[in-house]
Amino acid sequence: MIDILALLPFALLGGLLGLDVVSFPQAMISRPIVAGTIAGALAGDPLAGLTIGALLELVALGTLPFGASRYPEWGSASVAGGALHAMLRETGEPADGALVVATLVALIAAWAGGVSMVWLRRLNARWARQLLPKLQAGSASTVVRLQLSGLTADFLRGTVLTLIVMTLAIAPAVLAVESWTSQPRMSGAVVAVLGGSVAAAAVWKVFHAVPRANWLFVSGLALGLVIVWLS
Amino acid sequence: MTQQLTPVFTDSPPKASGGSPFSRGTWISMYLRLLAIQASWNYEILLGNGVGFCVEPALRALPGGTEGEAYHAALARQSHYFNAHPYLAAVAVGALARAELDGEPPPRIERFRTALCGPLGSLGDRLVWAAWLPACSLIGLASFGLGASPMLTLIIFLVLYNAGHLSLRAWGLHVGATRGLKVATALGAPWLRRGPEWIGRVGALLSGVAIPLALYRVAGSTSTVMPLTFILVLLLAVAGGAALARLPARLEGWRLAIVGLGIYVLAMAVR
Repeated sequence: MIDILALLPFALLGGLLGLDVVSFPQAMISRPIVAGTIAGALAGDPLAGLTIGALLELVALGTLPFGASRYPEWGSASVAGGALHAMLRETGEPADGALVVATLVALIAAWAGGVSMVWLRRLNARWARQLLPKLQAGSASTVVRLQLSGLTADFLRGTVLTLIVMTLAIAPAVLAVESWTSQPRMSGAVVAVLGGSVAAAAVWKVFHAVPRANWLFVSGLALGLVIVWLS
Repeated sequence: MTQQLTPVFTDSPPKASGGSPFSRGTWISMYLRLLAIQASWNYEILLGNGVGFCVEPALRALPGGTEGEAYHAALARQSHYFNAHPYLAAVAVGALARAELDGEPPPRIERFRTALCGPLGSLGDRLVWAAWLPACSLIGLASFGLGASPMLTLIIFLVLYNAGHLSLRAWGLHVGATRGLKVATALGAPWLRRGPEWIGRVGALLSGVAIPLALYRVAGSTSTVMPLTFILVLLLAVAGGAALARLPARLEGWRLAIVGLGIYVLAMAVR
């Protein structure tokens, strides 16, 4: 039986970090590398949070929040992923599949979060339409009311989303990890290949227009490999 | 994507020029409100209400105060449709508040407001979303890959990113407030025009360093990684990246990752 009350701190954290994606303050505390780590720390294992946060950050490199475009919501999703990864590693079962399963849950949560943001924007539009006469009259209280309504709705969106994702995901995730049949080395390699592929495509799209981008990337790669070799 | 940045109103100068017309308290209030400029972002008026929200503290100084006709007219003007990058919207907020306080004719303010949208959007997107944010992410990932502790990784990423973020907002509000309708000239500053390219070069180099380092640590989180296994992982990631980059934009990598991981989890967990 899942204790909803025990999940509440994670839900509230998801709401808070979900706010950062668009509404307030866009300081990038919602980026996976941050949100995953904080959630992992809240669950008692910051390193587990950082590991999945870094993996999701690699994936998130390709989804930048350009204006009205639709993109995954990484704040709440990374909280769910970070917390879940920490919890699965704590179960005492061989946690070989923990990273894979938690990453899958976080990616699905990011997709659902993106959809919920579209709903929120439509709701904000409906409120703005209803209050248009007052806005056109220059009512300061209406301007403030719209901002506060948007903030509150966004916070609730992130909180509810995180709670639903974690409530639905914990039991199947534990089951999946308990039944995991892959070798640990293979699990790590699979998520690394997937994350690396998405990240490589993303940085190509972002930086390919930079003069001598290929040379810069290859030079960096050589440097990176030397550091890996020496470490 | 790139828009020509030229002064939009050169027929007559603003009535006032020089320092900021706002008191310290007003400036701080506007700056803090800028952090929530997108709180009511929607598909109808986009940032419009947020701009009204941020400009409002300055408008209290208009003749008649908050009960005056000038205040309500100005707030109504500033609360309709507006679109820009959220950080560089600070430029618009400062300049529009200044124009209202200077008593510029409303049609001129409206035209100026409309003209600001495009440049502030494209400049911000190129500088922040397509350069500064990925570069800071890569530095965070490199720190993680080099073995930094969770706390240190967070501090490095957040301090670096927000040094740029908060400074950009402060610069925008300052330059908007001090230059008013002449703010377009400030948007042609070399660091704004060339910044994305400079940061992009660093980003391209960093991506080569950060991605393998981060992958090595991620792959090593489940077991010890052998050198040959890692080389294979890296080669597959580069090949996968090259394939993904050629796919239509709609087939985004993160969506395909859901499918790939879903299949793998089913295969490994369902016996």
